[in-house]
Amino acid sequence: MKHLLSINDLSKVDAISILDTAQELARVSDGPMKKLPTLRGRTIVNLFAEDSTRTRISFEAAAKRLSADVINFSAKGSSISKGESLKDTAQTLQAMGADAVIIRHGASGAAQRLADSQWMSGSVINAGDGTHEHPSQALLDAFTIRKHLSKGASDLAGLRIAIVGDVLHSRVARSNVLLLSKLGAQVVLVAPPTLLPVGIESWPCEISYDLDAVINSVDAIMMLRIQMERMSELFFPNAREYSRYFGLNIDRMKALKPAAIVMHPGPMNRGLEITADAADGARSVIVEQVANGVSIRMAILYLLLAGSQEIGGRYDNS
Amino acid sequence: MTTVNYLLKGLTLPDGSASDIEIRSGKISGLGKNLAKSEGATEIDLQGCVVLPGLVDLHTHLREPGREDAETVLSGTMAAAKGGYVAVSAMANTSPVADTAGVVEQVYALGQSAGFADVFPIGAVTEGLKGESLAEIGAMADSRARVRIFSDDGNCVFDPLVMRRALEYVKKFDGVIAQHAQDPRLTIGAQMNEGEISSRLGLKGWPAVAEEAIIARDVLIADHVKSRLHICHLTTSGGVEIIRWAKARGIDVTAEVTPHHLLLTDERALSYDPIFKVNPPLRTQRDVEALREGLADGTIDIVATDHAPHPAEAKECEWQEAAFGMLGLESALAIVNQVMVATGLMTWEAVADRMSYAPSRIGRYQDHGQKIAIGNIANLTVINPTQTLRVDRDLVASRSRNTPFHGMEFQGVVAATIYRGHPTFLNGKLSSLGER
Amino acid sequence: MSLVLPAPDLTRALTRISHEILERNAGSSNITLLGIPTRGTHLANRIAEVITKIESLPVQVGTLDITLHRDDLRMRPPRALMPTVIPSLGVEGRDVILVDDVLFSGRTIRAALDALGEIGRPKTVQLAILVDRGHRELPIRADYVGKNIPTSREQSVVVHLTELDGVDEVVVEGGPE
Repeated sequence: MKHLLSINDLSKVDAISILDTAQELARVSDGPMKKLPTLRGRTIVNLFAEDSTRTRISFEAAAKRLSADVINFSAKGSSISKGESLKDTAQTLQAMGADAVIIRHGASGAAQRLADSQWMSGSVINAGDGTHEHPSQALLDAFTIRKHLSKGASDLAGLRIAIVGDVLHSRVARSNVLLLSKLGAQVVLVAPPTLLPVGIESWPCEISYDLDAVINSVDAIMMLRIQMERMSELFFPNAREYSRYFGLNIDRMKALKPAAIVMHPGPMNRGLEITADAADGARSVIVEQVANGVSIRMAILYLLLAGSQEIGGRYDNS
Repeated sequence: MTTVNYLLKGLTLPDGSASDIEIRSGKISGLGKNLAKSEGATEIDLQGCVVLPGLVDLHTHLREPGREDAETVLSGTMAAAKGGYVAVSAMANTSPVADTAGVVEQVYALGQSAGFADVFPIGAVTEGLKGESLAEIGAMADSRARVRIFSDDGNCVFDPLVMRRALEYVKKFDGVIAQHAQDPRLTIGAQMNEGEISSRLGLKGWPAVAEEAIIARDVLIADHVKSRLHICHLTTSGGVEIIRWAKARGIDVTAEVTPHHLLLTDERALSYDPIFKVNPPLRTQRDVEALREGLADGTIDIVATDHAPHPAEAKECEWQEAAFGMLGLESALAIVNQVMVATGLMTWEAVADRMSYAPSRIGRYQDHGQKIAIGNIANLTVINPTQTLRVDRDLVASRSRNTPFHGMEFQGVVAATIYRGHPTFLNGKLSSLGER
Repeated sequence: MSLVLPAPDLTRALTRISHEILERNAGSSNITLLGIPTRGTHLANRIAEVITKIESLPVQVGTLDITLHRDDLRMRPPRALMPTVIPSLGVEGRDVILVDDVLFSGRTIRAALDALGEIGRPKTVQLAILVDRGHRELPIRADYVGKNIPTSREQSVVVHLTELDGVDEVVVEGGPE
């Protein structure tokens, strides 16, 4: 596998190998071996045309723990913000000898354009493209869920997971629906009708406009950030009405199953889609999600870059 | 007018009968089997080919004045000749906009000096295409360009009052308003058809209703003020139904469909390659089938290419950054042959109607859409329906390369294009008639 | 294919290795056995059992996966990671005994030394191997050897263990006719 652009690039077996590899890497790199020589001599470029400190640092930490050289190309002050085209940027990276480019971009499909073009030859890892996908986020979410709820199973069979919020504009939601259902979980999307895309009937999940009807049956609830700009675009009347119907507040926390976990990809609007109690309470795994992100990203870099790039070269379990 | 005489041999007429055609002084002077070659005439062997009345495109973007990096009147009409066209209508969204007699006369003159096809400039409906006040429709109609088609294409005439006034005013000049149907409020930032594919790809949707609602409104206004209406680039099955309903009520509306909308669907966007980004967007298979049916039964009156050249940097980028539009002139007839004739949905007579008679009638182009008959002007398109056209973007006559059909093969190659008796395209070579 | 080490001999070899380890290190109090997955892990566990029985004291045993330190990763599709479990007393100042099934080019052991170096600074590192088949490409040697089996490069040495394969044996396959 040369690129990771979308969850659709992964079979169920591939996805589980990423989770298993991350599990081992977490054990090893948080414990005995802080630094591994595996990607020594490789150059990894963080091409972040959209600001994101959290994801960029996570990928940077992952690359450095594997001894790769990391070069950061971020939005502000870079040639991208001055209007240099994606093509010219890519050709510069090629000239610099980038083995892999981790790209975060405001345009859906930017990662695929980079991968499909002839502009550079390295691996492309999608760190979030517009409103399309964010595969490493979904993988770290699945990893977190598996760790807490799967009771030793390798997949997520039998689990019911709610994703709540602005699904229409969410790349995290798209990747998670694909991945969690691929791993055997039942996914239910909860949102006001204006924030569910036309065509969602074809997605492998349920939909509901009613959070209270759904909340007591789920094993994990993932809250999505709601952007205030959406209000001026007429997606909902105001923040108060949004919170009332779709916010995770203290009453809804009580309705959750005792063992259920609370998740959020960050950054949070405390008080809007999630209250402080929910975010900081005992059932919240939000901070752990961030930590798991590094192990997952190490696993992705390892699986994409450490082995040979032969066509059809699949994960070697021998 | 050319002084060379030609004898075209071995042709099949649109009605299926075999015939030779003799051309003298730019007109058809002989018609029938096994015509004898007169002295000084050049014989052209076109055995196995079908001859149609010269193709007329009612929707082309020649980009001149203002975007000569993408196309000029010269390169655009060369592309037209290669595609079998003898007349093209140049849309008004140039820079400056064609909203005055001056600009339309300039474009008209450029067409004449190029000598590859008749260029009929289309005039803007509103000043600067802003949709607020009427452009000088009368001045453009009375100019040397004799404009009869008015369109803000690229933009929709959105304000219903402006559209009403335009439909009323244009009656004085025997004109027609050609509407680009797109409700701007429902298509803010839209990138591709709204549906299952757009939901998966995270690209903002352009819903069918944004097109259909304007068509429905405009046919009713046209009916109310008793004026002629033309709908550009129809793309949805709902739109076809509305046109059918309107015609059944006797409303004077005509409609066009592009070759790319007869063939491609929104599934092409899965590659995120903006070569497939176009306005209005590619729709679903169901829409494609309804459009084919509509063209076959005449609900859709004409095929029009919406030839929209763009320079490389406008397409070699992320989808959102890319310009909307595809080339169309050079592949149009082959696609119509493959999709409509070879499948039995249409006869060559019907093609002659949709691509020559009907467009000429709508645009009031007297020298075009003439039947192949002795005494008529020799504007002819000759196609070899069994040869394969392999589209190669590096070999197009257009100045731009943005064809979505690169690498695809279609049945049907234009063997010759005869423009006012002169072969502008023959044996793969282009040749100008010279300044008229 | 020829059977070069049948089950009873295999067991005896491990018993002898266990005694040698105790002799060299004056008992088991400072040793840490680390098996290299997959089969080295099981061999290390068996040696640990024998040592525990002899000394009547539990012995430190764990596993050390060397995949991430291999020098030949780019030659094949990416490999699955095996577990690394370092026992409670760590490796600092300990006599670490690496345990593996077959010693061939020596590159696996080189990777193990690198991996170990990331974890800490043992007092000594020793190597216990079930089969030494020769053809070293690096200056690596075993301290404890079950059996020396000269082979040609084209041959393969295959170790089967009851825990994984249902039977204990070492066979040599292939090579010139």
